[in-house]
Amino acid sequence: MSGGLTSQSFPKNARAALANPPLLKAIAHIEETLVGGRRRATEALPEFKALRDAGRDIKAHALDHLDLYLEAFERKVVEAGGFVHWAADAADANRIILDICRKAGAQRVTKGKSMITEEVGLNAFLQENGIAPVETDLGEYIIQLRGETPSHIIAPAVHVNKEQVAADFRRAHADLDPKRNLEEPTSLLAEARGVLRERFLSADVGITGANFLVAETGSTVIVTNEGNGDLTQILPKTHIVLASIEKVVPTLEDVATIMRLLARSATGQEMSVYTTFSTGPRRTGDPDGPEAFHVVLLDNGRSAMLGSEFEDMLRCIRCGACINHCPVYRSIGGHAYGSVYPGPMGSVLTPSLQGLEKSAHLANASTLCGRCESVCPMRIPLPKMLRHWREKEFERHLTPKKARFGLAAWRFLAARPRLYGLATRLGAWGLARLAGRDGSLRQAPLAGSWTRWRDLPAPEGGTFRTEWAKRGRK
Amino acid sequence: MSSRDAILGRIRRSLGASGSDATRLAAVRHRLAETPVNVVPARGQLPSSERVDLFVRKAGEVFASVARLEGREDIPGAVVSYLRDRNLPQEIRRGDDRRLADLPWEREAQLAVTTGPSDGSDLVGLSHSDAGVAETGTVVLTSGTDNPTTLNFLPDHHIVVVDASTVAGDYETVWAELRRRFGAGVMPRTVNLVTGPSRSADIEETLLLGAHGPRSLHILVVG
Repeated sequence: MSGGLTSQSFPKNARAALANPPLLKAIAHIEETLVGGRRRATEALPEFKALRDAGRDIKAHALDHLDLYLEAFERKVVEAGGFVHWAADAADANRIILDICRKAGAQRVTKGKSMITEEVGLNAFLQENGIAPVETDLGEYIIQLRGETPSHIIAPAVHVNKEQVAADFRRAHADLDPKRNLEEPTSLLAEARGVLRERFLSADVGITGANFLVAETGSTVIVTNEGNGDLTQILPKTHIVLASIEKVVPTLEDVATIMRLLARSATGQEMSVYTTFSTGPRRTGDPDGPEAFHVVLLDNGRSAMLGSEFEDMLRCIRCGACINHCPVYRSIGGHAYGSVYPGPMGSVLTPSLQGLEKSAHLANASTLCGRCESVCPMRIPLPKMLRHWREKEFERHLTPKKARFGLAAWRFLAARPRLYGLATRLGAWGLARLAGRDGSLRQAPLAGSWTRWRDLPAPEGGTFRTEWAKRGRK
Repeated sequence: MSSRDAILGRIRRSLGASGSDATRLAAVRHRLAETPVNVVPARGQLPSSERVDLFVRKAGEVFASVARLEGREDIPGAVVSYLRDRNLPQEIRRGDDRRLADLPWEREAQLAVTTGPSDGSDLVGLSHSDAGVAETGTVVLTSGTDNPTTLNFLPDHHIVVVDASTVAGDYETVWAELRRRFGAGVMPRTVNLVTGPSRSADIEETLLLGAHGPRSLHILVVG
C-alpha cells in the first residue's frame, strides 16, 4: 500500500530477503508451478506467437485511440444504467469510492482481488474512514490477516507457508474450536470458505478491479479462479469497479485474443475458471445481481506515459510472467522491491507512478538478462525501458557518487583510445599479479562488493584490443 | 475543469491527437461496428461431432465431470443419478428457464426441485448454458429473468446443461450469437464463462478445488 513503500531501501531489503530461508523455500515452487505451467501451455498452442503479435497490436491500437475508446466505453456503461467516475489520481479514486459507499449506507464491504486498489491504498483509506473492507481472494485474505502487502501480482501470498497460514487463522478465527486440525491446505481452504461465505452474504458493497473494459459493450471483465470476484459483485446491492484507463479494449473479439494469452502466461491454465462480463446493474425482472453499478476510471500517471518511452508498458495485462521468470525476483521475492508492483514490470511502472526519486534503485534490480521480454505476452521491451530509467537516474544525479565517478572515469578513457589501451593493459597485468595460484582474486581494488560474495577470475593473456590486433595481423 | 475533461485532455496532449480528428473517429467507429476477428486457434475448427468430443475432453482436463445424454427428456434422470452417485440429498434448485421448466421432472418423484436465485443454502444448482466452447471446455451462462447468476456460484455442486448443437469451436462464434440474440453492443447484466470447478493455489501453490465457488462442475451434454 502507498503508506508502506520502501523502494528506497531496496539493497537493504534484498539482503534481508537473501537471509530468509523460509521465504526462499516458498518462492522456489515458482519454477515448477508457474514457469513450468506456462511452458507447457504455450507449447500446446501452435498459434501462441501469432496471438502475442495480435495482442500487442490490439493494445497499441487501443492506446493510440485511448480517449475515444474511453468515451465509447462510458457511453455504453451509461446506456446500460451504470455510472462512470473519473479519477485523476489515487486520492480522487479513494474519495469517489468512499462517497459511493457512504451514499449506499455501507457497513460491510467485500473486495475481489485487485492490484489497482493496492496502488491507490484503498483499504487503508476506507479503514481510516470507518469502513473495514474484507479481502475475499484466499491469498489476499491471508495477507490482510497478516497486515502485509502482496508479494506477487497474481499469487499475493506466495511468500507465506501453510504453517504461517494456520497460525494466522487460529489468531483471526478465535471463535472456532481451538483443537481443530489445520495441518493441510484443504482444511485451511475449507475454513476460509466458511468464514468468507458469511462475509459475501452480508456485504452491502462489493469492490472489484477489471482485467478488461470493453468499449463495444460497456462491460467490465474479471478473470479469476476462486469465484470470489463473482460473489463479491453479484451479492451486494452495489458493485464498484476500479480500473485504470489503459484496461480498455475495443471489442469482445479483442478480449478473446488477450484472454488466450493471459491465463497461459500467468498460471499455465488454458483459461481461468471464471471469466465474467458485467454490464450495468441488474435488469428489470432479474432475480439477482447488484442494483447499482459504478465504474471508477483511474489515470494516476498513465496519461503522461502515453507518447513517452514508457508507453509500451501500458500494454501490460498483469499476468506476472516477467516476475516468474526474473532471476532477481526468484532470489529475493516481491517484498524486497518495496513497491506495489514487483519484478521487471514493477521496476518499469513504479517510477512512472510514484516518481524516480523514490524508486531509483528498482531499474538496477535487474541483470537485463532479457527473460522478461522473451516471455511477455504483450511483447513489452522491459529491458529497454529499465535502461531508459537508468539513463534518467544518471541524468538526474540520483546515481550514487562512486558509480558516477566510475562512469565518468570510464568515459574519460573511452574517449582517448591510446590512454584506454594503456590503462586496460596495466589493469590486466596488475590483476593477474594480484591473483592467487588458482587464477582468481579473493579481493580486488574498487570491487569490494563483488568479491565479498564471490571470487573474481583474473584476466588471462592480453586485453581484448591486443588480442584483436594480434589476430588481425595474421 | 472536471476530472473527466482533465484526463481526456492529458491523453490527447500526450498522443498529440485531437478528439475530433475524422480519421481517428472513423478508425474507432469501424472497429466497434465491424468487430474484426483476430487470430483464432485451429484447435476448435472441427466438424460438429468432433467439436463436441473436444469440448468433453477439454472440460475433463479442467476437472469438470461430463455425462452425454441422447435427449432432453433424459436430464431429470441424469440429475438423479449424479446426486445418488455422490450421496447427495435429492434436492436441486434451478432457474425458471423454459429449457429446464419443460422437462419431465414428474418422472423423478423422489427429486425435490425448487426454483429461483440461491441464498447460499442450496447444495446443488442446475443451470442451462447458452453455449459451450470446445477450445477450452468452457460453458457460457447468461443472466436474465429466468437465469439467476447466484446459482452458478453459491451451491457446492453446479450442474450445467449444454445443448450439443450450441457447442462452438471458439469464443468468437459465441460473441456473434450474443449479438444476434441481444443486439449489437448489448450484453445481459452478467455473462459467465466457466471453465471447470472453482479452484485456488494460494496456499503453497498447491492446487485445490472448491475455493469460493462450486466444488464440482457437472456438465450434461444433450444430443
